[in-house]
Amino acid sequence: MTGAARLAAMLLREPQVVAVGASALADALADQVAPHVRVDWRPPPVGTEDDLARVYADPRRVAANATAVSRMLAAGASLVDVCRAGDVVGLEPGQFCHAGPPVRWERASGPLRGALIGAMLLEGLAGTPEEAERLLAAGRLADGTPVELIPCHDRGGVGPMAGVVSPSMWAWVLRDETHGTSSWCTLNEGLGKVLRYGAYGPEVIDRLVWMGDVLGPAFAAALRVTGPVDVKAIIGQMVQMGDEGHNRNRAGTLMLLRDLVPAVVEHANLPAAAAARVARFVGGNDHFFLNLVMAAAKLQSLAAADIPGSTVVTVMSRNGTDFGIQVAGTGSKWFTAPAGTVDGLYLGAYGPDDANPDIGDSAITETIGLGGFSMAAAPAIVRFVGGTVGDALLTTQRMYEITLAENGAYALPVLDFRGAPTAIDVTRVIRTGILPQINTGIAGRIAGTGQVGAGLVTPPMECFRAALRALAAASPGDRP
Amino acid sequence: MRHLELRPGLYRDSVRLMQISGALTHAPGVHHALVAMATELNLDLLTDLGIVRPEAASPNDLLVAIVVDDDDSLAVALELLERELAGPGAATGMSVAGLTGGGIGGTPVGVGTGQIAPRTTASAARLLSGPGLALVSTPGRYAFVEAVDAMDAGLSVMIFSDNVPVDQEVLLKQTAAERGLLVMGPDCGTSIVGGVGLGFANVVRPGPVGVVAASGTGAQQLMSLLAVPGGAGISHCLGAGGRDMSEQVGGRTTHAALDLLDADESTGLIVVLGKPPAPRVAAGIRAHAAALATPVIVAPLGAGETDLTAVTEQVLARLGVAAPRWPAWTPSGARAATGGWVRGLFSGGTLCVEAMMITVSSLGPVRSNVPLRPEWRAGTGTDGHVMLDLGADEYTRGRPHPMIDFGPRCALLEREAADPRVGVLLLDVVLGHGAHPDPAAELVPVIQTALARRPTDLTVVVSLIGTPDDPQGLTHQAEALCAAGAWVHLSNAEAARRAAEVARRAAEATLGAASPAHEAVTRPHAGSDRTAGDR
Repeated sequence: MTGAARLAAMLLREPQVVAVGASALADALADQVAPHVRVDWRPPPVGTEDDLARVYADPRRVAANATAVSRMLAAGASLVDVCRAGDVVGLEPGQFCHAGPPVRWERASGPLRGALIGAMLLEGLAGTPEEAERLLAAGRLADGTPVELIPCHDRGGVGPMAGVVSPSMWAWVLRDETHGTSSWCTLNEGLGKVLRYGAYGPEVIDRLVWMGDVLGPAFAAALRVTGPVDVKAIIGQMVQMGDEGHNRNRAGTLMLLRDLVPAVVEHANLPAAAAARVARFVGGNDHFFLNLVMAAAKLQSLAAADIPGSTVVTVMSRNGTDFGIQVAGTGSKWFTAPAGTVDGLYLGAYGPDDANPDIGDSAITETIGLGGFSMAAAPAIVRFVGGTVGDALLTTQRMYEITLAENGAYALPVLDFRGAPTAIDVTRVIRTGILPQINTGIAGRIAGTGQVGAGLVTPPMECFRAALRALAAASPGDRP
Repeated sequence: MRHLELRPGLYRDSVRLMQISGALTHAPGVHHALVAMATELNLDLLTDLGIVRPEAASPNDLLVAIVVDDDDSLAVALELLERELAGPGAATGMSVAGLTGGGIGGTPVGVGTGQIAPRTTASAARLLSGPGLALVSTPGRYAFVEAVDAMDAGLSVMIFSDNVPVDQEVLLKQTAAERGLLVMGPDCGTSIVGGVGLGFANVVRPGPVGVVAASGTGAQQLMSLLAVPGGAGISHCLGAGGRDMSEQVGGRTTHAALDLLDADESTGLIVVLGKPPAPRVAAGIRAHAAALATPVIVAPLGAGETDLTAVTEQVLARLGVAAPRWPAWTPSGARAATGGWVRGLFSGGTLCVEAMMITVSSLGPVRSNVPLRPEWRAGTGTDGHVMLDLGADEYTRGRPHPMIDFGPRCALLEREAADPRVGVLLLDVVLGHGAHPDPAAELVPVIQTALARRPTDLTVVVSLIGTPDDPQGLTHQAEALCAAGAWVHLSNAEAARRAAEVARRAAEATLGAASPAHEAVTRPHAGSDRTAGDR
């Protein structure tokens, strides 16, 4: 409809009215039995008004966000390879990737330190944990090579929890054919004492060695035969099978197993016992598929990166010390604030005192509408992450208030197949005060502990305020 | 005992909070209750309650102050507070009255599903299923964002809020023009679109008169007068906003609304109202109007312009309808003259300006917060004739509009009536949707008390703006006010003349001197027209 026609239509019959502000004026519409919708409006935080006005006056904003949304929704995600991280990430000796925004050893949390110690041991760069810790603290390997800590996101990938990646670990490689981009994520080690939660004991290192020697090459061999696996399609199915793609990945894991195990048995040249161990390892770890969801989510959010004027969040990530976000309109600039503590349930005798602040790149799943955003898809785990099925539904509904789109590829049956809430808008987070809901695991505070629980967390509002300030500063012209 | 607490981040609009404060004040054992956002203005009110203001309060915190007999009464009051805060208009309140079939995205199904109320204009717009518009009445500094949201969703928008920066207004109206949308406001008190009254809107009957108004109460006066039996009906009333005809805004909305009404088949005659326009803008509007197929009466307030009642008579004449005698109610035993100063206490800015323009020739200087001349600027407590727009920013920031909240105006009335030098109290009472449900109930006791104390030298004149179909009941309101002793006029111009006449006659009788009244009327000083609560 043309503008003039639309305007004229407004006069032809009773218009439907969105009422925002004084309740008396909405009441007056109710008194007239006029069709209307009331906005449950609340003022944004004091001091954000001018920045909001500047950003909303940015003439690029509408088109930029439309581009960001269409690119995110169009992004594909196919598993194309499994290989040594050293090859796909391009790490030199002494270089380690980690989750979250940049951090130095001095400010690194317990689980990140623990995982780095484990990586040093795995790479043979230290003989003992003590030696590894000494070298990391000094910032130089024994041969003098400087130690460098690099965010996974800076290298186009993601890592769960501590997210530490060293060259001889193995990683999934995913490809978005629509936009010609790739991403990667390490293989999932399972639960309990694992490197990503900061554990570095012998069983952790032994498992990583086996994953590099057997598991990774087995899947690589299988993939060469099967060809690419459509991860996006599996995610679309898993959210209809009770997974939300962050704290529950059971259906996704089993579908991956279904797709790859026959080829592993047939083509990986493994003795029967070794092939069975591969199948048993994957099938026994309900989170195995999480790392593929994360890599797919990275591709989807990457599709929206670097669009000037766009207010869409492209990264949410934590390193155990800071929470950081990136926004489409401000490139790869990080907006950080101290990471929060997770509200959750604890394993065994662990309690809140044992918990490290929020950690991991896995919030990339929420960044694209899975995890906490799709809680409505996963009624089976609502108690684990606190609350009732009703809470889960409301959580997802709340997320629609801060997102610009619905992803039909990830349709939520219980919400009448409404698409997952997608493309978080910085300005709507500020305006509504609704923070993104993140489902997450909880790492032990002390290096070497491992996982102590799981629960719910939200990012610090300050990240979004800082991003809003930057978007306002980047807004062209002297308009209001 | 005194109870004080701050609830950070709990927001309700000022009208809702006024209602809650009122409910609490009537609870047993409660002397005073103030439930309000912790703005400077509201924090100042704590002093009156004998309560020390809290440090570090933010305007986004909810302030709860209760002066109460004892702990038990306090417990009851706080329980009531919880119920009120959870009641209508609370965070969970959502109505899609009249909307059927759900909106985009459908209605959630399944066990225990609830629907959450939309939190932004954009989110609410997703629920609409046909042509729509947004009515924005947030405090002014937030209105721009909600209005942009509305236009991004393809909605035209009426911005009731004032205190919106003029550059934002210009940008909104430029964007609207590019996208074929209409922005009514900011500072737009009244519109009637497709039969739906928005803001402060009287209940009118359908008819051929289309109104474009850069003045809310001006439009309400016109429509109320047209609504008399044998009068004329309204097709649409499109508010433009108090600043639309200023040099900066350039009449953008007025021009767009003219085209819209010209193309509208139900509109046979267009009336353009407004506060005194910038000359260049007025010329542009007149030229535009002359080029339209539909006849247009352009009649903004200003020097050499006719008053709203005369404009109404012109409209009726163009429609071939004889102008009636405008309804008025004369109190029994009314005195013809009481002398003294006139005190005009208005809730409508345009009505205040019109009253000043009409009376200045006989009264001489009339001081005001929206003065006809800059040198006549004054607030309350000034000697001489004073007429105040109590809907202006300085009286409404953080408070409901005086059409809704009669508390401050009643207090002023009592104070002015107690001043023996004041002889005439002139006030407007505006009926219709959005306004107080029963203004007479608030005013009658105050008027009765004032006249009982000063039976011989005080006159009360009311201009009553309303239609026979307004929910408050026009006749009931008029009769109640008249029975209390007030002169009541449906025409604001007649009410103003009555007030001046009463004051003048006595002045001539007592002083026998010529009045200093023959000063030329100049353009009123730029001032805010009607403003609403929460602006």
